[in-house]
Amino acid sequence: MTATTETLVPFDEVVAAYDPALGLEIHVELNTNTKMFCGCPATFGGEPNTQVCPTCLGLPGAMPVVNGKAVESAIRIGLALNCEIAEWCRFARKNYFYPDMPKNFQTSQYDEPIAFEGYLDVDVEGETFRIEIERAHMEEDTGKSSHVGGTAGRIHGADYSLVDYNRAGIPLIEIVTKPILGTGAKAPLVAKAYVSAIRDLIVALGVSDARMDQGSIRADVNLSLAPKGSGALGTRSETKNVNSLRSVERAVRYEMARHAGILAAGGSVLQETRHFHENDGTTSSGREKSDAEDYRYFPEPDLVPVAPSREWVEELRATLPENPAARRTRLQAEWGFSDLEMRDTVGAGALELVEQTIAAGAAPQAARKWWLTELARRANDTGVELSELGVTPAQVAEVQALVDAKTINDKLARQVFDGLLAGEGTPEEIIAARGLAVVSDEGALSAAVDKAIAENPAIADKIRDGKVAAAGALIGAVMKEMRGQADAGRVRELVLEKLG
Amino acid sequence: MSEQLIHKTAAELADALAAGETTSVELTQAHLDRIAAVDAGVHAFLHVDAEGALAQAAESDARRAAGEARHLLDGVPIAVKDVLATQGLPTTCGSKILEGWVPPYDATVVRRIKDAGLPILGKTNMDEFAMGSSTEHSAYGPTRNPWDQTRIPGGSGGGSAAAVAAFEAPLALGTDTGGSIRQPGAVTGTVGVKPTYGGVSRYGLVALANSLDQVGPVTRTVLDSALLHELIGGHDPLDSTSVDAPVGAYVEAARQGATGDLAGLRVGVIKELAGDGWQAGVMARFAETVELLEKLGAEVTEISCPTFVHAMATYYLILPAECSSNLAKFDAMRYGLRVVPEGDPSAEAVMRATRDAGFGDEVKRRIMIGTYALSSGYYDAYYGQAQKVRTLISRDFAAAFESVDVLVSPTSPTTAFPLGEKLDDPLAMYLQDLATIPANLAGVPGISVPAGLADEDGLPVGFQVLAPALADERLYRVGAAVEAALTSRWGGPILAKAPNLEGPR
Repeated sequence: MTATTETLVPFDEVVAAYDPALGLEIHVELNTNTKMFCGCPATFGGEPNTQVCPTCLGLPGAMPVVNGKAVESAIRIGLALNCEIAEWCRFARKNYFYPDMPKNFQTSQYDEPIAFEGYLDVDVEGETFRIEIERAHMEEDTGKSSHVGGTAGRIHGADYSLVDYNRAGIPLIEIVTKPILGTGAKAPLVAKAYVSAIRDLIVALGVSDARMDQGSIRADVNLSLAPKGSGALGTRSETKNVNSLRSVERAVRYEMARHAGILAAGGSVLQETRHFHENDGTTSSGREKSDAEDYRYFPEPDLVPVAPSREWVEELRATLPENPAARRTRLQAEWGFSDLEMRDTVGAGALELVEQTIAAGAAPQAARKWWLTELARRANDTGVELSELGVTPAQVAEVQALVDAKTINDKLARQVFDGLLAGEGTPEEIIAARGLAVVSDEGALSAAVDKAIAENPAIADKIRDGKVAAAGALIGAVMKEMRGQADAGRVRELVLEKLG
Repeated sequence: MSEQLIHKTAAELADALAAGETTSVELTQAHLDRIAAVDAGVHAFLHVDAEGALAQAAESDARRAAGEARHLLDGVPIAVKDVLATQGLPTTCGSKILEGWVPPYDATVVRRIKDAGLPILGKTNMDEFAMGSSTEHSAYGPTRNPWDQTRIPGGSGGGSAAAVAAFEAPLALGTDTGGSIRQPGAVTGTVGVKPTYGGVSRYGLVALANSLDQVGPVTRTVLDSALLHELIGGHDPLDSTSVDAPVGAYVEAARQGATGDLAGLRVGVIKELAGDGWQAGVMARFAETVELLEKLGAEVTEISCPTFVHAMATYYLILPAECSSNLAKFDAMRYGLRVVPEGDPSAEAVMRATRDAGFGDEVKRRIMIGTYALSSGYYDAYYGQAQKVRTLISRDFAAAFESVDVLVSPTSPTTAFPLGEKLDDPLAMYLQDLATIPANLAGVPGISVPAGLADEDGLPVGFQVLAPALADERLYRVGAAVEAALTSRWGGPILAKAPNLEGPR
């Protein structure tokens, strides 16, 4: 399945020889109560085909009616992306045959999107990139196919296929960028930062569950390469349904290497859709949709135009959350973070998490420390986003409170996180079950210090001579004796007391 | 007794029910008996629901006995064109591809007639997916004209018109995309109304061309159409294109028109709808009817609508474009016919085989034309251009209605032609709708009322009245005036001159 025959060019060589051009299409599933064109529930996770009606099943004779709440969400997204909002726009039919398309056309928007001509600024390693938004338009989702048997869950070769139409008709907003140029070696990071920024915006607007793992935000990544400095645009590939931030970065990186391999060999890139493979970070040709499609768009005759009044648009503008850039500036000042700390926090996708952890009672630096070191490492190890790791800001704040209370120390806290990730209960329960509490029994601690002094007479002498720096070795010995369950500060005090 | 019942108009039946002179069960049974007696020849029905109709009739009688009749027409039976979804009753649209499909829901108009208590006799025959002017394109065989069973009953709604003309039903529902209510009305000597676009809900109407389709009444009298129109009309939240305005006073307009006073009414005769290809007997009856209007006090002038000559070409781009997309849903995946080719076919192969076997030639022809017209590189030249001409046609109507209250023309260029005559000549078939299509393109309402019999063949001629959008009352006023005057001149309804299908009366 994976294309093993591709010639991949090392990344440094790619960016030395080519200018990448990015284009991102992001589908956002709205969290409206009902579907885009009917009254069926739009909730995720129902038994298959229980949230359907004649309209979303495409039964003969059934007709669509536009969900006003979805239009409202679309306008708010458009405004947050600094877009113009159409005074008058229509839906269009995108005609193509596919078994999970109830009508064999998708009701979408074509040349008259609800929002157009906007931008979003993203920061990557201290550099700001302005991503120009071409359009944000409304459409309906398709049903969801499951292909059983055969190879790799594809329709070709499957023994049979099942279609769940619960998803058919869920409102989607598709956000399309203009070509993103001038990103050079930062192209993979810019792509990731953009998707991350869109996700943060969607979360702030409250218009979607914004769960990439459940497909409520899906990114299609377009990439092309042109000879460095040529100013041209090369032939692009479109990698569909890239479903995590990390995958966005990897997909861009892989496609850059693959395109460069083709171009360097004198070949030409095929304009096609590609599938991304999470397991090895590669892409492969999406053959079933690689035919040049003519969607035969025309205005949907069953719907009347959408004409949002300017008054309504301004009312919605007033409901917009704080601009993300302004918010970052405000939070940095409130938290007292350095530029580097703030950049790292944003870059790790930890801004919301840190904010929520602070809101739950932790000190800003403590909140930052846990998310950007201990938890970031674990997320990286398991290949998931911080927000998807399974530890909540409230839990982090609770762990820090226990550290502050000297019930545990930083080292024990790491074991508490292990317990949290293993689903062993609350931090308190984990400490009790694993016996992690710091020993506060002065007698036991004092005995351990005495033992360490007795076993390390040379070091003890140095400390007696005033070489306080040598205390570290004794503290280490005590901590080892106590299996880490001691307050290192108190051990130090005891060592110095006894040898002072 | 039943012979007398089936010849009554719906309004008369409603009065008889109200007066306790008959019951819904009795008159529903009378119509079922008539269907059993004549429909083997006429073939107006694709499906007769005797059991369901009688059950609804019994419920109606119980309501009426309890003093709880829901509507004037409660208990008066009705036939429904097979393009409207009926919960629990097969709905085929005259196509093999929907054979056996039983909708799980009712079209809004069906829901409204059920709620009002009208027993549904069955589903009427039609050209496949309403594509045709003769009902010969039905996959289940043609309907025959009760006036001459070797001739066509018009189309696509030949089944509804023939059912009413043959006294198999007092009322029927039809749909009109380019004349499918009015032209069958004309050639069967019945009344058919295409309401203003948006005046009647399309929810549950299996779309031919969404921007042109309208549901409307098919009856023997103008008053009956008005009664039915008031029942089915009005805003429907399930149809975004339905007009959110009160239903007009159609019954009142029909009663007022029947008094025969058209003083001050300004009538425009459409200049472009006459000439070569228009049957002499049709033009003669039309001219007499125009004279009649003048006698009733109307001011008649000739009006030119120059873009109407392009209506046919415009229509045959817009309609196929919309229907090529509408019919894509018939893919064997969820309902209807499924043809599975030999071997281990892909989903795509099943779709292809099913559509190949399930659609008739006229349907395939229009899918191909429409697919072509919407294709990248051709859209602007065909679909885009057609939409511009459509706007010009609307402007011609608007300009005309600045100087006249209604426009008139013959409904159809000819009387009923022999079965099979135009089957191999699609263009000749399309020309049947020359006079009816402009109203669909502009969304304005139209009615066809009987104007008499053509001298050369003794077959019915239709007189069409067109009014501005949302001025449907004018159709009823003028239609009822014409009907009253002509019925009086003939000494009875035109259908009294139709052959007796059951032997001596």
